[in-house]
Parts: sequence; C-alpha cells; structure tokens
Amino acid sequence: MELLLHQILAGLATGGIYACMALAVVMIYQAIGNFNFAQGEMATFSTFIAWQLLQWGVPFWLAFLGAAVAAFLGGIAIERVLFKPLHRAPPLSHLVAFIALFAILNSLAGFIWDFNLKTFPSPFGSRPLLGSGLISTHDAGMIGLTVLLLALLYAFFRYTRVGLAMRAAAAHPVSARLVGIRVGWMMALGWGMAAAIGAVAGMMIAPVVFLEPNMMLGILLYGFAGAVVGGLTSPGGAVAGGFAVGVIENLAGTFIPFIGRELKLTIALVLIVGVLMVRPSGLFGRPVVSRV
Amino acid sequence: MMTPGARPAPGPLALGAVLVVALVLPLLLKNFVVFQLTLVMIYSIAILGLNLLTGFNGQFSLGHSAFYAIGAYTAAILMDRWDVAYYWTLPVAGLACFGFGFLFGLPALRLEGIYLALATFALALATPQILKSSPLEPFTGGVQGIVILKPDPPPGLPLNADQWLYYFTLAVLLVLFAGARNLVRGRTGRAMLAIREHPVAARLMGINTALYKSLTFGVSALYTGIAGALGAIAVQFVAPDSFTFLLSVSLLVGLVVGGVGSIAGSVVGGLFILFVPNIAEQVSKGLAGAVYGLILLLVIYLMPSGAAGFARLLWSRVVRRTHAPTVTEGRIP
Amino acid sequence: MTIRRREFCLTAAAGLAALSMPAAAQTKYDPGASDREIKIGSIMPYSGPASAYGAIGKTEAAYFAMLNDKGGINGRKINFISYDDGYSPPKAVEQARKLVESDEVLLIFQSLGTPSNTAIQKYMNAKKVPQIFVATGATKWGDPEHFPWTMGWQPNYQSEGRIYAKYILQNHPNGKIAVLYQNDDYGKDLLKGLKDGLGAKATMVVAEAPYETGDPTVDSQVVNLRASGADIFINVATPKFAAQAIRKVGEIGWKPALNIVNNVGNSLGGVLKPAGLENSKGVITTFYHKDGSDPTWTNDPAMKTWSAFIDKYYPDGDKTSTYTVYGYAAAQTLEQVLKQCGDTVTRENVMKQAANLKNLEIGVLLPGIRVNTGPHDFFPIEQMQMARFTGERWELFGAVISGEVGGGA
Repeated sequence: MELLLHQILAGLATGGIYACMALAVVMIYQAIGNFNFAQGEMATFSTFIAWQLLQWGVPFWLAFLGAAVAAFLGGIAIERVLFKPLHRAPPLSHLVAFIALFAILNSLAGFIWDFNLKTFPSPFGSRPLLGSGLISTHDAGMIGLTVLLLALLYAFFRYTRVGLAMRAAAAHPVSARLVGIRVGWMMALGWGMAAAIGAVAGMMIAPVVFLEPNMMLGILLYGFAGAVVGGLTSPGGAVAGGFAVGVIENLAGTFIPFIGRELKLTIALVLIVGVLMVRPSGLFGRPVVSRV
Repeated sequence: MMTPGARPAPGPLALGAVLVVALVLPLLLKNFVVFQLTLVMIYSIAILGLNLLTGFNGQFSLGHSAFYAIGAYTAAILMDRWDVAYYWTLPVAGLACFGFGFLFGLPALRLEGIYLALATFALALATPQILKSSPLEPFTGGVQGIVILKPDPPPGLPLNADQWLYYFTLAVLLVLFAGARNLVRGRTGRAMLAIREHPVAARLMGINTALYKSLTFGVSALYTGIAGALGAIAVQFVAPDSFTFLLSVSLLVGLVVGGVGSIAGSVVGGLFILFVPNIAEQVSKGLAGAVYGLILLLVIYLMPSGAAGFARLLWSRVVRRTHAPTVTEGRIP
Repeated sequence: MTIRRREFCLTAAAGLAALSMPAAAQTKYDPGASDREIKIGSIMPYSGPASAYGAIGKTEAAYFAMLNDKGGINGRKINFISYDDGYSPPKAVEQARKLVESDEVLLIFQSLGTPSNTAIQKYMNAKKVPQIFVATGATKWGDPEHFPWTMGWQPNYQSEGRIYAKYILQNHPNGKIAVLYQNDDYGKDLLKGLKDGLGAKATMVVAEAPYETGDPTVDSQVVNLRASGADIFINVATPKFAAQAIRKVGEIGWKPALNIVNNVGNSLGGVLKPAGLENSKGVITTFYHKDGSDPTWTNDPAMKTWSAFIDKYYPDGDKTSTYTVYGYAAAQTLEQVLKQCGDTVTRENVMKQAANLKNLEIGVLLPGIRVNTGPHDFFPIEQMQMARFTGERWELFGAVISGEVGGGA
C-alpha cells in the first residue's frame, strides 16, 4: 500500500514533466492542426539559452524570462520564415519540415554546447517537500507552475480579444478573415506562445533530467501521448493526460508481474490506444464532425 | 485528382533506359557501392509499402519500422534456427507481416488522422522493447541480436555475393513494383483512392471501407516486411537497435521526398535517405544534422510535392501541355 | 595498383637494404599504409541519441593530429578517417565497408557500441582487416580463436560485476542487493558478472529494475528498488541515469549500507556533481583510468600532459568528461602497436603486435595498471581498482584487482 502511494506520487512528479510538454503540444496543435516534432528541440534550445545567460551571471528569473521571450520571438520567426512559404504544401510536407527543424536544432545545440550533462538550477530547490521524502519541492513547484500556466491560458483564450481572435482563426480561418482577423499573424502568435510554453517546460524539466541536447527526445513522446489521451482540443485535458500517463506507466511497471518491468512503456501505450478506441477524440476532446 | 495511371507518363522508353542502367551498374562499380545500391532498393520497397498506405489510401503511419523489424526478424530466425534458404524467407516474412498488418489495421479503423498516427507511433516505440524482452529472447537473441550468413551466388554465375544480392533484390523490386502498379490501377486501387479522398462518401457509395482499409494496411505491411527481410540478408545482422522510431522517420522522409502517391518516386526516396546523410556528413562533421535538415528544407521548398510531382511538372512543360497537373498528392483527410 | 606500388616499394627497399641496411629492415605494406601515411578508420555515433560518445572520436582525431605535428609514427603520418553511424547497426555496416573498400584503410580502430561492432565483426574477419580496441566492454571481443581480427580494449563489464560481487561477499555477506541496470547488452553483461561472482549466493539479489535509454527518469525504478527492502544499491547506468539515480536515492532518504555506481557512470564532473556531492558521499566504484575532474590528479604529470593536449588540440573538449581521457588512452595504445609494427605495416603484423603488448604503461591509467596481451589474450586492460567518494574526491582503496573473465595469457 505504501509502495502504491509512493509510485503514484513519483508518477505525478514525472507526470508534471509530461503535462508541461503536453500543454505546449496542444498549443501548437490548436494553431496549426499538426504535431510539431521539433517542439522538444525548440524547448531544449531555449533552455540552453537560459543556461548560457545563467553562466554569464544573469539572475535566475531574469534568465527565465529572457529565454521565454527569446523562445516566443524565435517561434514567430520560425513560422514566418520557414512555414509561411509552405502554407499551401501538403500536411506531410509540414511533417518533414518539422523533422528538418528537429535535425537542425539538435545538431546546433550539440555543436554550441556539446553533449555533456549540465545541471540546471531549480528556483524551488530540491529538498523533500514537508520532510516526507515522497515528492520534492521542485516537483511541487513544477506542478504548481503548470497549473498556473493552464489558468492563464484559459483566461487568455476566454477573456482577451487576441485570445478570441486566435480561436476564431483556428476554428474557421475563412470566416475569421472576413471579420478582419489577420489569420496568418494569429498562427504566428500561436507558434510564439507554444514555443514560450515549451521553453518554460524545458526549464522546469532540465533540473530533473539534466540539460543536454537530447534531453527532450524521450519526453516529447510522453508529451504527445498525454496530449492525445487528454484530447488535442483541450489544454486542461492535455495536462490531465500528462499526469495520467506518468501514473499509469509507473503502476504498470510496478504491479504487472513478469513483463511489467521490461515493457512498462509498451503497456502504457497499449492502454492509451485502448482509451482511444473507446473515445477516439481523447478523454476531454470534442468529436470532429466531417461534412460530405 | 489525377490517378497515377492517368498522368502523362514519360513512357516505357524511360523505364527501359533506367532498367538497362540498373542492370549494368553493378558490373562497373565497387562492391561497396553495389551494396549501398542494394540498400537503396530495399528502402525503396519499404517506402513503397508506406506509399500504398499513405499515398493511395490516405492512412498515416509512423509505425512502419515495426513491420520492417518483423520482416527482418522473421528472415533472420528462419535462416539462423532452421537453415531455411534465404529466398524462402521473403514470402514467409511477407505473409507474417500481412497478417500482422491486417490485424493491426482492424482496431486502427476506429482511429483517424492524428490518432492513427499516435497508435502507429506507439507501435514503433514498443517494437525494440518487445524484441529484447525476456519471453522472446530465446528466438530474437535479445539485445545481442542474430548474426546470419550472406547468401552465395548460385554456382556457375560469374558474380560475387554483393552483385548477386543486388540482382536478386532488383528482381524482387521489379515484381513488387509491378504488383503495386496493377493493384492501384485496378478495382481495389480505385476503392483505396476513393477512401483516401473522402471516407464517408466512399462508404455511401457502397465501398466496404473497413475491409479495404485493413487490407491496405496488410499489403503495406507485406511490402515493408519483405524489405525488412531483404535488409536482414544484406546487412547480415538484426538487433533491436536497428529498428527504432528513427527508421520510421527515415521512411517517412523518403516518402515525402520521393512523392506521396508515386510508385517510381519511392526509388528517389530510397536514394535520398541512404545518400543524403552521407553527403551532409562530408560537408561538416560537427553540424551534419544541421546540414541534413537544411537540405531537407530546400527539397521541400523546391519540390513541395516530392520528386515525382516535380518531374511531372517538368514533363508537362516539356510536352507543352496547356493544363498543369493539379497537385493533390498527399492529402490527408 | 596497390600491389604494383607495394612491389615497387619492396624492390626499392630491397635495393637499399643490399646497399646499406641489414636485410631484416625491409618495408612491407598492406592497403592503407605507405612510406608516408597510415590510414586508420573509425566509426562513431556523432549523431543520434548516443552522440555524447562522439567526444571519444574527436579526442582520438585530435591525438593523431598531435602525433602528425610531431612527425607521425616511424615517419608515417596518420590519416584518421572517422564516420558517423548514429548508433545504428545497418549504418555501421555501410560505413565499415566504405572504410575498407573505398577508403582502403589499414584497420578500423575503436568502433563504438556492442550492436554496431557485432554487425561488422563477421565482415571484418572475413576481409581479414583488424577491428581493434573496440569501444565496448562486452566480453565477446576477446575470442581470438573464432575472431582473430577483433580485439577489445577496456576491462569487460562481466569482470567489473565480479569485482563488486567479491567485495560484497567479503564486506556485506548478509546484505540484500538491488540493481538498477540499462536494458541492453552492457547492463545485462554486468548483471551477469555480478550474479556469477555471487555464485551460490546469487539469491542476495532481491530486486532488479531495468530502464530504457528513452526513459525520461529512473525515479520509479529507484522507488521500487527501495521498497524491496534492499540495503545494497548497485547502479549500472550511463552518466545521465546514474546521476539521476544517485540523486533520487538521496532525495527519498534511502540510506543503503553500500551504494555502488559502475565505472561507466563514475565521472566526478559528469555524474557526481550533477547528482549533488552530498548525495554522492560514500559511493563506491571501480576505476582503471584517471578522472580529469578529480582533484587527486591535479599535479599528476601524465594528467598535466593530457590537459595541455586538450587545451591545444581539442579546445572544445570537456575535461570533466571521462571520454576525453578514454579516447586519449586508447589512441596511445594504438600508437604503441603501430610503433612496434616498425616498417612491416601489414594487417597481419598489426594483429600480431596488438597481441604482443607487454606491461605497457599508459600515463592516464591508474598507477599499477598495465596493458598486456598475448596470442590467446585479447583483453588489453584487465585490471581495476576500487574507490570511495569522500565528498570531494575519489579515494582509491585496496589492491589493483585483475579481472577474472576471459583472463589468462
């Protein structure tokens, strides 16, 4: 029973990482209707920028802000420079462009900052929370920040003009254009925000898994899984999905005898696909209706 | 929409010329290049398999590394444990993958677009883990993999092992490409295309979409599985590390670069994924990844519909056709 | 063409010999060697998930550049051709064939990774091209009977496992052992060595938890291992996961009586510092080469030379990483082999000389550790020494221990 509790808490802590990333995945999906395979590398790159600023002696929160702003501008630039010309290309070409972006960023990060592990400080410290040893202050801080980010996004999309315009542009590009919304720029804004959220995720994740160019390789996969389980149209669902994936994986690895230890990821994935069979739009997503 | 059969093709002349070059090349080149070209053909077959699913049926897969792995392991286990001749492993690998693909296709019917992508993605991630798991270790050799012997050329032929394997692969490739061409041109092919263009409409027209989608999944897996078996024979080794998600990504890149929905384009895709990383490495060792990414971006900008679309465009200019072919390849509903 | 050139060289050398030199000093070459240069091939994962190891190849390239500045080996410059395989076995086969058939290298040196080396082993032996000092610790590389053209370099993982077993049996005979290991050949080999070493007492291992290199963290595994009630923790992980595990053990307040980290994950700068020095205190490991980030070696002459070399020839190199020491030591071993080859730079002689290293001392290896090989001993480094982390530095203790797997000579 104690082990169960421990594993659930450890799962929530890891799930916090996935939730952070899943949020970024949903943001970009809302803007462009596709998975961004380079999202993990964008986040890693932004985290390296923060690390570099810290090395130069910039205070933590300033570096944090600097990296988020750099990521925001970088995201917009990537959309304007790389993806706007591809606007009319088939979606599969977009996918390949993401793969290209992935290769470029990964290789650049390795070239500039090499592949050795780097420690990235946590603003919350890494002491055991409440002395229990079950969950650290950093894990708690990361989960808190993710939830805060979620609330901010909710308010942004619900109550601000820009937020509403972005939703309109994503849902009905043609109608949105008719009412004077600059759909192209809304898309770029979506990219920027997704990149900034990714940067925050990267800076929250790096203290746990250590900073190196391939840091996000495994994590992005879990982020995708979390986002899809929760439903790609719902930021809240994605966060819940991220936590769910973290917990399910730990429980599968601990309590399924014989094959559980070796195949915990496989089992978690089978469960996810199983969920999708029953609810093809994810747990919290809206079903898509297509017109003939 | 243009079906691949109806496009203004350069005709059998070009095909004949390519074939002659393909037949003569191994006699002129170093063995190591012959080996590389064999790999190109193997990847081309795998890409064609993916093409049948994505290009002609509109289903999307990130999991083809799994089918490639199943094909490769089937061949390796048959050759290693039961001394089955290498050429018999191909049909067995193909059938095994067909069955597996068909069964995977059944539940995948409920999933569309991005969700199907996730399910196949899960398959790709799980494959290396399953291959090295303890229950399967007696068959797969676990993390150590299986080493197999390269087939000797039949006695009496003035060919070395590399040249023989090249011609063998070429023959398999021609058979499979011809088969794919007949498939997409026939009744089945039209049904597949109808499902790609509009699944709901296709269903209303009386096409058994469930059956056709699962069948396409099976045939696609069959192609990729045969490629996997050939790959195992050529490389003489299988191990879980050979069949990671990166292989699926490579196949996808090859598909898009070659041209989604183009049979001949698959070969261009095969050439790209084998040679371009080598070129990138020669340009800069430290930044090989970045160079590869830039080349890839450049290709996408210059040829948004892949090499096949680009060639079609050029050809239509050459013959001065008044209407440019509409490019709708690769649309995913 | 190569043959004609060789014949020419032979005649020329014979002519010279007749004039001035004793007959023994004939020069003899295989493809990849000439009067002016020796071509050496290498296959490394410069890209992909294992790209951290690329630093080994870069260090070796830098080392040969330094040798060339000093005039090369026996007057021949080293042409080091290193290709990327992205840790993918099929790509390794392609690159090996390119090196042998197109670049016509004399030998392939330090190809990295067990899967990649397994993939090319049969080819290299069929072609009779040396595949020497492979950069992996699997036990299978020392099998001269079946693979006379393949040779390992570093101490093998099974021997390391046996060293831990011996230590545990001596000091904690009633302990309960929990093992975290990487789910591949390396992790499983070390685990096997440990269990073989424990022999009848293998039941002391009460929990095993594998992880995949794609896993984001090993937190869940560590929590499970602790729940097993074990009081000995053995950490068979690569740097990133070794550091995570050491930190997690500290964070959850698990205080095992014995906390072992394997050699692959024992870098002070690359593992213990990221994990937290406080968490690392008391950790035990084995070493065979010196650690560039350990203050113990600050004034060591060999490490000073190494440090100056990195500064000059590989300024981007990270001195806190073990890979820069590893590559340096491996390249020195090859240098010795080629020196011993003299003017008979043939593939056969390379293998003969590689199997004829006697008490070779390499400065960056631990004091007392020597490289020894023989016609039936294809394990160059077989000795290790245990060390305990004081909180600031590694402190060696006990005698230098000889490996027990595949040894003898």
